[in-house]
This record gives sequence, structure tokens and C-alpha cells, in this order.
Amino acid sequence: MSIKTRQGSESQILSVGSYRPKRLVPNSEIVDRIESSDEWIQQRTGIASRRFADESEQLLDMAVWAAEDALKKAHLSIADIDTVIVATITFPFQAPSAATALLQRLGHPKAAAFDINAACAGFCYGVSMAHDFIKAGTSKKVLVIGAEKITDFTDPSDRATAFIFADGAGAVVIAESQEAGIGPVEWGSDADSRDAILMNPSWIEVRNTETQLTKADVKWPNISQEGQKVFRWAVFSMSKAALKALDAAGLSVNDIDAFIPHQANIRIIETMAKEMDMPDSVIIADDIRVNGNTSAASIPLAMDALLESHPELHGKIALLIGYGAGLVYAGQVVKLPPKP
Amino acid sequence: MALSQADVLAGIKEIVEEVAGIPAASIELDKNFTEDLEVDSLSMVEVVVECENRFGVKIPDEKVTELVTVGDAVNFIVGASN
Repeated sequence: MSIKTRQGSESQILSVGSYRPKRLVPNSEIVDRIESSDEWIQQRTGIASRRFADESEQLLDMAVWAAEDALKKAHLSIADIDTVIVATITFPFQAPSAATALLQRLGHPKAAAFDINAACAGFCYGVSMAHDFIKAGTSKKVLVIGAEKITDFTDPSDRATAFIFADGAGAVVIAESQEAGIGPVEWGSDADSRDAILMNPSWIEVRNTETQLTKADVKWPNISQEGQKVFRWAVFSMSKAALKALDAAGLSVNDIDAFIPHQANIRIIETMAKEMDMPDSVIIADDIRVNGNTSAASIPLAMDALLESHPELHGKIALLIGYGAGLVYAGQVVKLPPKP
Repeated sequence: MALSQADVLAGIKEIVEEVAGIPAASIELDKNFTEDLEVDSLSMVEVVVECENRFGVKIPDEKVTELVTVGDAVNFIVGASN
């Protein structure tokens, strides 16, 4: 007896949607607490402002609103979606997933749904999985959402992270297509550097400290990172990974129209572009300057912003690369979504 | 192959000028990267990686913080190349 299998098709990004928190926070609002200055922050990261979500903008709310925006632009409803992947490291429930909560909110509690934890690389991991599901015939229309409310897990007085991280959500609808709209993924990790970016302590430790009635000493698992180590890895290893993703798609830097890397730090982005000999004709996403580093949400948010400022990029070729805590990374070439 | 102090200093001058835009003429062995040359921590990472590429030595992350002056970097690279 042989087992019958499915066969799918190529895939493409149909639309991109986003939700940005209402409150824009300039450097001037946070510098006193971290004894820093607007000039210092801008020089080292390019960040002039970021968005912080408030109580009415929880992670799930932002994910839902970004998903609704993407669905509307694709002229689809949630009922058309058969698979939902949410990339996040800040959904404050261990289980069930943000993906199932999103489906319930959108009134279609049927689709396959799960979350992935690949930190700032999560969106590109999700895009890769969506593509592979469609190629294998497992799924036909996939909603991939990157959503973070990192302010819930950031110490506002931490001089290494407080000015970097921000909140928001971005989403794409990925569907079947005749021509390849998503190239092969180049992904991997440097798991020996797990400590370079982490949220510590574990929930068990938080609970144990609570039960010892020393609540004042409870250390919340805020994000921390070793800036120089991450910078080195991001610039010099990720530019090589990004070139491999191009090569896997049969393209070079001269064939792409846009470069949309994870918005971690403008210095990383610019040095990566330099390392890759990116020609001036390539438009480089720099959403970080205004909106900060939103982890798994940063690439779809930057994509949406780029298409708004450069509408001529609809349907054009972009190189994506996400990288973050793990350390993990994933990159691929995509065709940007058509005009809604 | 062992490198000479003069060769490494000349190479570092070029790298620091390229990475941080600091004129090579102002870069001497006793200059402090941070205080005298105003090379910030991220530029220092770029300098280190460019040094690794040019001189064929490995400069571990934990060593980078010990390279306070240009002379420290020259001595480390010359030593590592032996």
C-alpha cells in the first residue's frame, strides 16, 4: 500500500498590513532615566523615536489589527485563511497560543494555528514555513504575523535596551501562485551564543521567588543583550547569510530593488549593506529611525512603510533577513505584494 | 607568519580611518581608541573584524575590551601572529 501525498504550488505575498501603537516616544522622553542623550542614541542606533503601546493596545489587539489590515488589502476575509502563524516572544500566556486567540477574535476558530519563537527572526521563519506549507500542499492561504509588546519585558532604566525596543505588529497574507514569489530560505543559528540576547530568569524562578515572600526581589524576565557581540554577529555573519539567500534564489545584489532587514540598528543595516556591496539603486528600509526595534514585527512593519513611501516597489524584488535571540536567523528573497 | 609592529600600525591606521573617518596621521600607539580617537563601541567592533580579516588573526569578543590603546591592539595582533 502506498500513501497518497499532496502537491502544492509556488507561493507569493498577497498583501502586508500593520498596526503601530498611537504613542510616539521621542528620545527626549527616555534619556533622563538612562542617563543618555538624543545625540548618543541616534549616533549608535539611528533611532530618533519609537512607539510604545498602552493598556488599550495589548499584543493580541495589535496582532488582530495588523491581520485585519493585511486581509483587507488582499480583499480576503479570515474565513479564506487555512493557517495562522504568529511570531512573537512577548505573548504573556504560555498556552494556548496567540494564533488561536487571534482566530477566536476574528470569528473563524477553524484554521490551523500556532506561534513560533524565533525572536527577531520570527517573521522570516514564518514566511519560510508558509511557503513550504503551500509548496507541499498543506496550506493554501497563510496569515503570518509578527507581533511584539516588548515594553512588557523591557526594563525602562536599562541603558542597553530601553532606547532600542518598541511595540507593534505586522502581517502578511501568503497564498498560492503560479510563479515563484518567495525564494528558498537561508536559515540557521549560532546556539553557542544563546546568552547574547535573552529574557531571564525563567518563570519557575519567578514563581519560586514569589513563594519565598520576597516579592520586592522578584526579577522580571526583561530582555537583555550584549550589544557589541550581537553587532559583530549581525553585521558580519548576517551579510554572508543574506548573500547566500540571494544566491539560493539565483540572484545577486544587482537584481534586487529593496533590502528589508530586521530593523535592529541603523548602523547594523548600513554596515551590512556595505559588506554586501549593495548598489545605490537598492532602496534600504530604515523604519528603525522613527519606530524603533519591534523584534518579530519589524520586517513586515518596515515593508509596509517602504511600500507607502515608495509605491513603485509593489511587485518588485526584495531581500529580507531576520536575526535575533538564539542566536537565530532566516532570510529569503520575495516579490513584494501588488498594489491593494 | 609573524607581523612587524610597523606593518600592523600602518594597517590599523588605514582601517580606523576607513571605519571611523579619523585621519591616519592622528593615530599613534599611545592613543586611546575611545577617549583620544572617539571610536565608539560599534565602530570598535568593525575595526576589530577588519583587523582579523587583514592580519589573519582571531580577536575574541572578551579580548576586545582589553584593547584600550592603539598600542594594545598592535601588540595583541603581533603576538597572535607569532
